[in-house]
Amino acid sequence: MPKHPRPLSPHLQVYRPQLTSVLSVFHRGTGGALSVASVILIYWLWALAAGPEAYATAQGLLHSWFGVLVVVGISGSIFYHLCTGVRHLIWDTARGLDIRAVYRSGGMALFIALLLTLAFWFVALWSVGLIQSLWKGVLS
Amino acid sequence: MAQFVLPIQSRVKEGMTFKAEGASSENIKRFRIYRWNPETEDNPRIDTYEVDMDNCGPMVLDALIKIKEEIDPTLAFRRSCREGICGSCAMNIDGTNTLACTKPIAEIKGDVRIYPLPHMEVVKDLIPEMTHFYAQYASIKPWLQTRTPAPPDRERLQSKEDRLKLDGLYECILCACCSTSCPSYWWNGDRYLGPATLLQAYRWIADSRDEATGERLDELDDAFKVFRCHTIMNCTRTCPKGLNPGLAIAEIKKQLVLRK
Repeated sequence: MPKHPRPLSPHLQVYRPQLTSVLSVFHRGTGGALSVASVILIYWLWALAAGPEAYATAQGLLHSWFGVLVVVGISGSIFYHLCTGVRHLIWDTARGLDIRAVYRSGGMALFIALLLTLAFWFVALWSVGLIQSLWKGVLS
Repeated sequence: MAQFVLPIQSRVKEGMTFKAEGASSENIKRFRIYRWNPETEDNPRIDTYEVDMDNCGPMVLDALIKIKEEIDPTLAFRRSCREGICGSCAMNIDGTNTLACTKPIAEIKGDVRIYPLPHMEVVKDLIPEMTHFYAQYASIKPWLQTRTPAPPDRERLQSKEDRLKLDGLYECILCACCSTSCPSYWWNGDRYLGPATLLQAYRWIADSRDEATGERLDELDDAFKVFRCHTIMNCTRTCPKGLNPGLAIAEIKKQLVLRK
C-alpha cells in the first residue's frame, strides 16, 4: 500500500506560454465568445421585432460603456477567429506547418485581425457621420 | 475533462536550499529542481542547488550529474547517452520540454527550473512513468507489415525518392518531449495517441515497403486517437531533434479524409 499516491507532474503551472499555445487558446476563447455573441444578436433582433420600447432598452444597453466594450470585443473576436480559422484551413492541407511558417502566419493573423477590426469600425463610424464630426471638432 | 489545477497531493512546496559553500568563484547558478520521494508521505517540493559554473560542464545534464555526485546523491533522473540520441533525459527545463544533455545552461536566464515531463505520473524526482506512452507506441504496430513474400535474394528495395519520404520521421528517439508538451495530450492522453506516437504511425504509413497502409489508417480513424490534435504546434516547437510531429499528424488527417 503506497503511503502517498504518485503525484501528477506540473503542466500548465510550469509550461512557458508561447505563440503556438497562446494563439490556440485565443482561437478557442474567441470561438466561445462568439457563441455567446450570437445570443446577444438574437436578443437585439428580438428587441427590434418586439417594438420601440424593447428596442430602446436594447440600444441603451448596447450603447452603455460596457455594451460598447462587448460589441467591440465581439467584432475583434469575429476577425481574429476568421483569420486563425483560415490559418487552420491552410494547415488542414498539410501546408505552412514548419515552425517558422507557424510563427509568421500567427503574427499575420494577429495583425490582419487588428487591421480588419479598425477598418470595420472606421467604416461603421464613418457611415453614421461620427468620424466626420470628430474631424470637424479637431479642425475648429 | 480538462483538469487545470494539480490534485492536492501533487501540489509543489518549497524545499531545501543547498548553498555553494567555499566555491572558488562568484559564478554561481541556482538550479531549482522538482523532487518527490515515494518513500515518504510528503508532497513534491522544489529544492534549490547552488552550482559553481566555473567547475561544471556546459549542459544541464552536466549540472545534474554534478549535483548528484557532489551535493545530493538522492537526486533521481534518467540519463544514458549524454549526446541526444537515447532520449532518456527528457524533462521540462526553463518552461519547455527538451533533453538535458543537449540544452546549454548558458541559454537559460536566471535560475534553472527543472521539472519532470509535464502531466505525467511521477515515479521519483525527475522520473515519469512511461508505461502508457510505450503502450500507445506499441499499439500502432511500429514494424514493417507485408503480405507479399520477401525477394529470396535481396532486401525489399526502395527508390531514393521513397526513402526520402522517411527523412524527418525515422530520427525520432521517442523521448516524449512533444507528447508531454501538448495540452490535448494532457487533457485526453488516455485516448489521444499524442504527437510522438502519431509521428511514428506516419513513419510506417509513409513507408513504400509497408503493405498495411489501409489497416493502419483504419486503426487511426477515430475521434480521439488522431483528431484530438488541434494543431496547437507545441510539439514541433519543443522537439529537441528538430522534427515536425505536427506536420506528420496533418498528413495522417489528410490521408484519412482523402481516402473517403
